[in-house]
Amino acid sequence: MADAPIELRVNGVARAPCVHPMRRLLDVLREDLLLTGTKEGCGEGECGACAVLVDGQLVDSCLVPVVQVRGREVTTIEGMADGESLAVIQQAFIDHGGAQCGICTPGMILAARELLDRVSRPGEADIREALAGNICRCTGYTRIFESVLKAIELERVGRAR
Amino acid sequence: MRGDLGDFELVTARTLREACDRVAEGYRPLAGGTDVMVLLSSGKLTHTKWVDISGVEELRQVRADERTFEMGALTTYTGVRRHPLLSRELPMLAQAASETGGIAIQNRGTLGGNIGNASPAADSPPALLAYGAEVVLVSRRGERTVPYATFHTAYKRTVAAPDELVARILVSRGDPGRVHYYRKVGPRRAQAISKVCFAGCADRDGARVRDVKIALGGVAPVPVRALEAERAIVAGEPFERVSEALGRAIAPIDDVRSTSAYRRRVADNLLRDFLRHVAHPS
Repeated sequence: MADAPIELRVNGVARAPCVHPMRRLLDVLREDLLLTGTKEGCGEGECGACAVLVDGQLVDSCLVPVVQVRGREVTTIEGMADGESLAVIQQAFIDHGGAQCGICTPGMILAARELLDRVSRPGEADIREALAGNICRCTGYTRIFESVLKAIELERVGRAR
Repeated sequence: MRGDLGDFELVTARTLREACDRVAEGYRPLAGGTDVMVLLSSGKLTHTKWVDISGVEELRQVRADERTFEMGALTTYTGVRRHPLLSRELPMLAQAASETGGIAIQNRGTLGGNIGNASPAADSPPALLAYGAEVVLVSRRGERTVPYATFHTAYKRTVAAPDELVARILVSRGDPGRVHYYRKVGPRRAQAISKVCFAGCADRDGARVRDVKIALGGVAPVPVRALEAERAIVAGEPFERVSEALGRAIAPIDDVRSTSAYRRRVADNLLRDFLRHVAHPS
């Protein structure tokens, strides 16, 4: 089957990579659009390293054939920072040691972003559920949970201001 | 991603008619991709012609009339969890949905895919069996409705003909007084494939169980109803009899995920937990 342009928006920018419709969104992001922030871990939906948002919904990009995001908005880790200014969640991961080797971090941050957009006052159970599909082999998760808790607090303060 | 996409074809169906035409031509349906894309990634996908049905609106609807829920095949686990009526009236299914993968999988995986893929370890089938669900299959030849209890014929096999798609799943709306129970046991609490999953519901008259339904996944080539155990419970038989009857309903195997003996033990423990829950619903 021939490659064809797939129009989509990635981090607010219109793109139209010319690819096979069944190509994994993960590969299109990394290899065709050179957005290598999204990582591949297991390639079978178990680890969440490749998680991105599609129209605000968390998905594992290794399981999405690119044709299914035609006309949609994809948000990757590269879309989180505003220029040189990091997003609150990113800064919280740095400040609280939520990132070690870094492979799981983009997926963790996107999963945390989706949680913060979906639940107005997430508690610890919400965080555990939201990150259950993201595997980390370094941190033991405690510092990741602390980073997300801090981000929740900072965003709440930010909104109150 | 191993291998080359050159041999694969993925066409898009916009309407149910187009989807049925493609399936009749030998294309297989791809919806949330949570099973198909795993095989593609690992180089194990042997079938090459696929039709993307994820945009077919007719397969996405969830409807409720006075007696029945109709869930389109494209209903996702997230869709079940967030639907106010489904989550309230079908707690076994909602619990199964919340224990299937993580959020990213729940956002994509569909009920139609979960039963159509026909993995014996799938999480929603025991709930659907215990609810006495029906499945509407559609093809160019028309529609037919089959009891879900007859849908799975053997390991990874279903009654659906090669040209048929799962269109909808029908479930009767619940009795308010019914006690519901769903529990999955895997190697860990989240994001794991089941060793055993157990769905049960019961109607009681005071302390007596008037009606009970029990179904399990992960313990046989297909999801199973434990009819003999259900009858033993309604007849007021002692736990040992019920347990023996459940043991006869299941045929677990030793495999990479668990052993037959462990699965039998877990199934029995879940039966005990279910009956405790029926006696004292929390």
